Amino acid sequence: MTIQEVNGDDYQVKYDPTSMTIYFQGEIALGGPKDYAPIVNLLNQVADKDLPIITLDLKKLAFLNSSGISMLSKFVLAVRKKKGTQLVVLGAKTVPWQSKSLKNLERLLPGLKLLVE
Amino acid sequence: MIEVFGEFIEEFLPNGDFLELSFTSSSQPNQRRWHNNRLSAHFIADYFANLMNFDQNDLANKERIQEIKNTISYISNELLENAIKFHEDTKSYQVKVGMSFPEDTDVAIVIYAKNSIYSEKVQKYQAFINLLLTEDPNELYIQQIETASAEEDSKASGLGLLTLINDYSAKLGWKFEPESSQPEIITVTTMVQVVVQSVRTY
Repeated sequence: MTIQEVNGDDYQVKYDPTSMTIYFQGEIALGGPKDYAPIVNLLNQVADKDLPIITLDLKKLAFLNSSGISMLSKFVLAVRKKKGTQLVVLGAKTVPWQSKSLKNLERLLPGLKLLVE
Repeated sequence: MIEVFGEFIEEFLPNGDFLELSFTSSSQPNQRRWHNNRLSAHFIADYFANLMNFDQNDLANKERIQEIKNTISYISNELLENAIKFHEDTKSYQVKVGMSFPEDTDVAIVIYAKNSIYSEKVQKYQAFINLLLTEDPNELYIQQIETASAEEDSKASGLGLLTLINDYSAKLGWKFEPESSQPEIITVTTMVQVVVQSVRTY
């Protein structure tokens, strides 16, 4: 059974198979790797489908702590291993942390497409 | 013996505003309590944003204010999360988080957190600080991510502080101070200085 979404008090992470996009919204500041496991499982399940392209839409993710940034970074490394999958990350200029912290993802995976608009 | 590392300010300038929150907890940490970290961080950001005088008609200011609030929230949350994660002897000593916001906003704002640790933890902590102060923080970040990724249950240590240095151009400082009554307990103050560009004021 594929996980389609993970819901928390202040956030939602949802996979849309039609657009091959994982949508993040709200604020996520969980305690550590164990707490991020449900989201990590969703991300890994999508990665395991060996899709030609996966998009992470972060435009509505207003807050993410460093444990969350680390989780995204580890996901990028997992996709790097897949080799056949193009990863696209969408951010928004109106969400200040994204212009600052998403650049590192490009360093982890050359070929990652980062669009912060 | 008090030990100071990095950029540390002992006394805040008398002009400006200051806020400190103290937390004690006899209960075990849980999700509800953890949620209070972000609430506290947002409160600190809102508190200072409210004090910034700005020209409401200037749209550019609205974006600047939002950026400053986001910066304060992120930094406060990171410092508070670390302070709580690493706090020991939770019954006797408090975790604190605070901020100093000088009148002249071209001067750095200072955000800090304090927690207590047992003296045997000090050496490892200080070794990590020396790494942060001597190595290229960008390279260190990539290295830590790759290591954390390779090991299933590794704790991604220090990544929060690295994001402050790399993404927020923050200067970090630390003070280790033994408690006078119980010298085996050390109070660690972690301090972040970040310059936010002035908002046009009237």
